[in-house]
Amino acid sequence: MNPIKTFNKGGVHPEENKLSKDSPIVVFPIPEHVIIPMGQCLGAPAEPIVQKGNKVKAGQLIGTAKGFISANVHSSVSGTVNKIDLVMDHTGYRKQAVFIDVEGDEWVDGVDNSDTLVKEIKLTREEIIARVKDFGIVGMGGATFPTNVKLSIPPDKKAEYVIINAAECEPYLTCDNRLLLEKTKEFLVGVKVVMKAVDAPKGIIGIERNKMSAANLLDKTIKEDPYFAGIEVQPLVTKYPQGGEKQIIKAVTGREVPSGKLPIETGCVVINVASTYAIYEAVQKNKPLVSRIVTVTGKSVKKPSNFLTRIGTSADLLIEAAGGLPEDTANIINGGPMMGKSVSQTDFPVIKGTSGILLMSVAEAQPRKVSNCIRCGKCVQACPMGLEPYYLNKASKLNMFDETESHHIMDCIECGSCEFTCPANIPLLDYIRFGKAKTGAIIRARK
Amino acid sequence: MSIILSSLLVLGILGAVLAVILFIVAQKFKVEENPKIDEVESVLAGANCGGCGFAGCRKFAEACVKSAEEKKSLEGLNCAGSNMQTVANILGLTVEAAEPKIAVVRCSGSCDKAPAKVHYEGADICAFANTLYAGENGCPNGCLGLGDCVKKCAFDALHIDPNSGLPVVDENKCVGCGACTKTCPRGIIELRPKGKNNRRVYVGCMNTEKGAITMKHCTVGCIGCAKCSKVCPFEAIEMRGTLAYIDPAKCKACGKCVEECPRHAIQKVNFPQKPAKPVETPSEENKTEN
Repeated sequence: MNPIKTFNKGGVHPEENKLSKDSPIVVFPIPEHVIIPMGQCLGAPAEPIVQKGNKVKAGQLIGTAKGFISANVHSSVSGTVNKIDLVMDHTGYRKQAVFIDVEGDEWVDGVDNSDTLVKEIKLTREEIIARVKDFGIVGMGGATFPTNVKLSIPPDKKAEYVIINAAECEPYLTCDNRLLLEKTKEFLVGVKVVMKAVDAPKGIIGIERNKMSAANLLDKTIKEDPYFAGIEVQPLVTKYPQGGEKQIIKAVTGREVPSGKLPIETGCVVINVASTYAIYEAVQKNKPLVSRIVTVTGKSVKKPSNFLTRIGTSADLLIEAAGGLPEDTANIINGGPMMGKSVSQTDFPVIKGTSGILLMSVAEAQPRKVSNCIRCGKCVQACPMGLEPYYLNKASKLNMFDETESHHIMDCIECGSCEFTCPANIPLLDYIRFGKAKTGAIIRARK
Repeated sequence: MSIILSSLLVLGILGAVLAVILFIVAQKFKVEENPKIDEVESVLAGANCGGCGFAGCRKFAEACVKSAEEKKSLEGLNCAGSNMQTVANILGLTVEAAEPKIAVVRCSGSCDKAPAKVHYEGADICAFANTLYAGENGCPNGCLGLGDCVKKCAFDALHIDPNSGLPVVDENKCVGCGACTKTCPRGIIELRPKGKNNRRVYVGCMNTEKGAITMKHCTVGCIGCAKCSKVCPFEAIEMRGTLAYIDPAKCKACGKCVEECPRHAIQKVNFPQKPAKPVETPSEENKTEN
């Protein structure tokens, strides 16, 4: 294995709290009803193509992508469409969704649901990318960016490395770790598929050293089988945000993505672990993205677990299965504690980007008193992008968006390291996100 | 002594020479500007609120002078904060007085009527909170109460009522510039005519959700029952989906809709106090029986 590497600028080390790292993946029973939101990716929501009363099978296309940055949505269960209505998502806003009453578990034709490992990659490059697009695969680390867009390399660029983001630098979350341990070979075939899709000679799995068991297992599997030649395991320092796209490129290859440019500028394609597994299932097993692994965790949760659940399952049921909502829950977070978002109710459906449901206790989520900025510069030290969060905070607050632009607010990856480290407990990231949204709108309007 | 004299002399001559140079330069590079712009600007409110659509009072004054010279009218130019008649007099024109307007807050979901289900911690910017979640009470169209409008108001006419958590418009201070209406990320604040005797009737709700959903998070939310639009004798109330809207141009402020609304979502302001309660209750009962 290669010597341990890391990115050089900033970063923080929050308490890891990987409580569910030893809980094996449990296949969650199919619920009676599922609610499948149409907007499950970063871009435009999909357009539903089923109607009330239609019979659907698991894996059937029910929503078609609208626009370039958009992803298809498939039914995760078999049953009858109850209605197409608005449903409250994790933000509390109502978005369009398809409600399905489950009847049995019947799959569309051609889906290989067996456990056999399919190694031979029959599809060509173009076919793989088309399959990834048709089967609605998005970045499953939380950002939900359509994967086919990432795999489509512009003709004047060349991909040298496929970097698999297995850092899982978010505290608490363990879904990627468990996937690596339990579906090692399938995952590695997925890496091969991605390498073929982007025509890259090398695949590097970047993994934080707090998951050495998974790293060793991967390394052993790769060395045992010559089929996996070209894949390497790269251990990384346990530091947040090691799994940021730009950070992992810097850590693994030493290259830096230029400001405002995409990772392909450095010859890298970065794909998340869960997405890689989804690509394996789509390309080798002909199975659309209809399920994912969700970590349900928290210090007061009775059984911190990793569930393999169908998309559209209510988060309520998952929390119930993990031992119920603890009494001292103060904060429910969709995602990890650093980048996840607080939710206002527990009955939101699991979507493609739901990597975890974190229940923070009163003791952890205690509101802290906000005091004034004393220009200590801790946020500047912590920023992995080399920005000045205290200044961006102030400028955003005062609506000085020309200042925020000239101080590169658009390079902020919203990791929250600044807010985590701030001794005055200033909600820096909130203001920066606000400033970033406003600045982005101004830049787009100018074009 | 001679040092003082010589330095005075040197500085004096230097000053005189520089003054001459400055005078020549000032004459040479003089910017010709219509003196009326200064005059107009001096009678404007001077708040630079941007309510007129120009970047500050100076720009508005320039636009007024330009319009007066080219079109001989002040059409389309209005400063709510100052007397446009004075401006017109300076420019030798006459204007018809615009109908005075005032900002109204179209959300009645105060803390007791739409209780908070979650607690928000974070940046106190409505525009940001709006992108994050629906609101503490769950209403996706209601007031977030973080006071972007208060910060924007240049006339100190808005403040958040600590009891209700909603912004309150100070009628004496509000000039109807409309800066707050543009700031509110949810468009809750609307400019409406002040009305006869300052009496106004408006729907204090912006919720466009279905009635059953609205009822869950607010006791004073409009559920779109359309009772008000049926009872209105002037056809001033139109239904926009499941939300009633009172057209201020048609509304005669009779107040019938206010009595009719089962959700008490329609607000009336500056009406004389109602008679004592015992008189009111039977009359309402009669109505429901009918």
